Amino acid sequence: MSNLLSIEPVRILTYLVGICAFVGANAAYLVLAERKIAGRIQRRPGPNEAGYGGWMQPFADVLKLFAKQVMIPPGTDILLYCAAPLMVMAPPLMCLAVVPFGESLVARNLDIGLLFVFAFGSINVMALMLGGWASRNKYSIISAARVVSQNVAYEIPMLLVVITLLMVAGTLDLNELIRQQAGGFWNWNLLRVWVNPLMPVTFIIFFICMLAETNRAPFDMAESESELVAGAFTEYGGMGFGVFFMAEYSNIVLGCCLGTVLFLGGWQSPLPLAALSGPLWGPVWFLLKMYALIFTVMLVRWTFPRTQFYGLLNLSWKILIPLSLFSLLLTGAMMKLPLVLQRLF
Amino acid sequence: MAAIFFYLFAGLTLGSAALVVANRNTVNGALCLLLSLVGLAGLFVLLDAYLLAFVLLLVYAGAVVALFLFIIMLLDTQPAARKPFKPLTLAAAGLGGALLVMGVLSFLTRARLALAGPAETAVPSLKAYAERLFTTYLLPVQVVGFLLLGAMLGVVVLSKKLDSAEKAR
Repeated sequence: MSNLLSIEPVRILTYLVGICAFVGANAAYLVLAERKIAGRIQRRPGPNEAGYGGWMQPFADVLKLFAKQVMIPPGTDILLYCAAPLMVMAPPLMCLAVVPFGESLVARNLDIGLLFVFAFGSINVMALMLGGWASRNKYSIISAARVVSQNVAYEIPMLLVVITLLMVAGTLDLNELIRQQAGGFWNWNLLRVWVNPLMPVTFIIFFICMLAETNRAPFDMAESESELVAGAFTEYGGMGFGVFFMAEYSNIVLGCCLGTVLFLGGWQSPLPLAALSGPLWGPVWFLLKMYALIFTVMLVRWTFPRTQFYGLLNLSWKILIPLSLFSLLLTGAMMKLPLVLQRLF
Repeated sequence: MAAIFFYLFAGLTLGSAALVVANRNTVNGALCLLLSLVGLAGLFVLLDAYLLAFVLLLVYAGAVVALFLFIIMLLDTQPAARKPFKPLTLAAAGLGGALLVMGVLSFLTRARLALAGPAETAVPSLKAYAERLFTTYLLPVQVVGFLLLGAMLGVVVLSKKLDSAEKAR
């Protein structure tokens, strides 16, 4: 088996199929999980008819979406209208290629993996904007404008937080970043307060930015049903809409993977015991942490009401950016402090 | 294999760059610019310059083109309405184009380029890049940074001025 996997085309094909299956299964079942959690929070059962406890619901949804007629509304920019659902799905699939689910369970271990994720993740905004623009619909265009200003605003604190981490870690290699967080949960970047006392705050900034970049409630200004019908997706029906929906969940998976790698120690076990760490335990810990983050994302969506748009922008420009800049400065100062003290005394 | 990819990406870059100029719809033009940048990033990847490729995508494709599109949408220009060029604009464009062609030609004929293969086989690491940026090339980086800061402040001042004029009216 390991011999077969070491052949390059076989390896690439295996990971390609694996990532597509992982994203597909997650997109399908996270929708169900979301509806179940929403039901739980609103004191109703959620989908429970198809299969035992509703576990067949994703199949029913997909069949329904596929059975629908694909209709291109007249007056749209046909090429862009069709390209947008394709473009929205590509970045999360590509980015997952560098995410290490286990120490050796990574499709391509790039030494600048983090940069790769952000480079392709930044294209994501383009797809939503194009979908909105190509629809030639007032609501869609308002939504497209909102998507861009929101994503540009939140990319800045996100990158500042990541730079803070990079100054501590000194590497862009995701696997190396995880290896540095070895030896128990107190060594995870989240709790490394001796490096920077603001580390937990930076994690919260990262989490808020991740919510905003994936256009999740309370920041789902792109798709705010009560004011913009369905925002950028108004003119999409059938599987076109389905792909946008799948991409939203894929982006959440990617964002939570990144949060796990950067702050929660990736595939490291929370306790430094030999029995709990190893090549088989790695993916288990990774997925546990990732799904815990995804659960938090869903909890936030169904607990907090949608913000107003200027409130959203104010949060980024007036609170998150100054705070993350301060954290960056503080980290730099704390890194140089021992050197300065050494030179003085 | 690498040669096929080179021609593929080069064709993509040049073809979509031509479409940027030729397209009548500004949004489609900006999208062609995006495609052209993706092709350019592909060329950088073929040269093993991963860092350059990803930074190009991050900065230009992710941020700059997104802002271009944003501004185009806000301006809402009609694709058909295009004014004929003024003679002065035509003269300036001709002069600029001629200068550019001269520059490229002189570069091709005069410069001593090692066309056979890359000069350095070892790909410089991220740390090597950073070290160069912060030691040898620190002054240019700082100068460009101050230039951008100045431009940004200028934009803030100009837009504020407009705002107060509107209020006075």
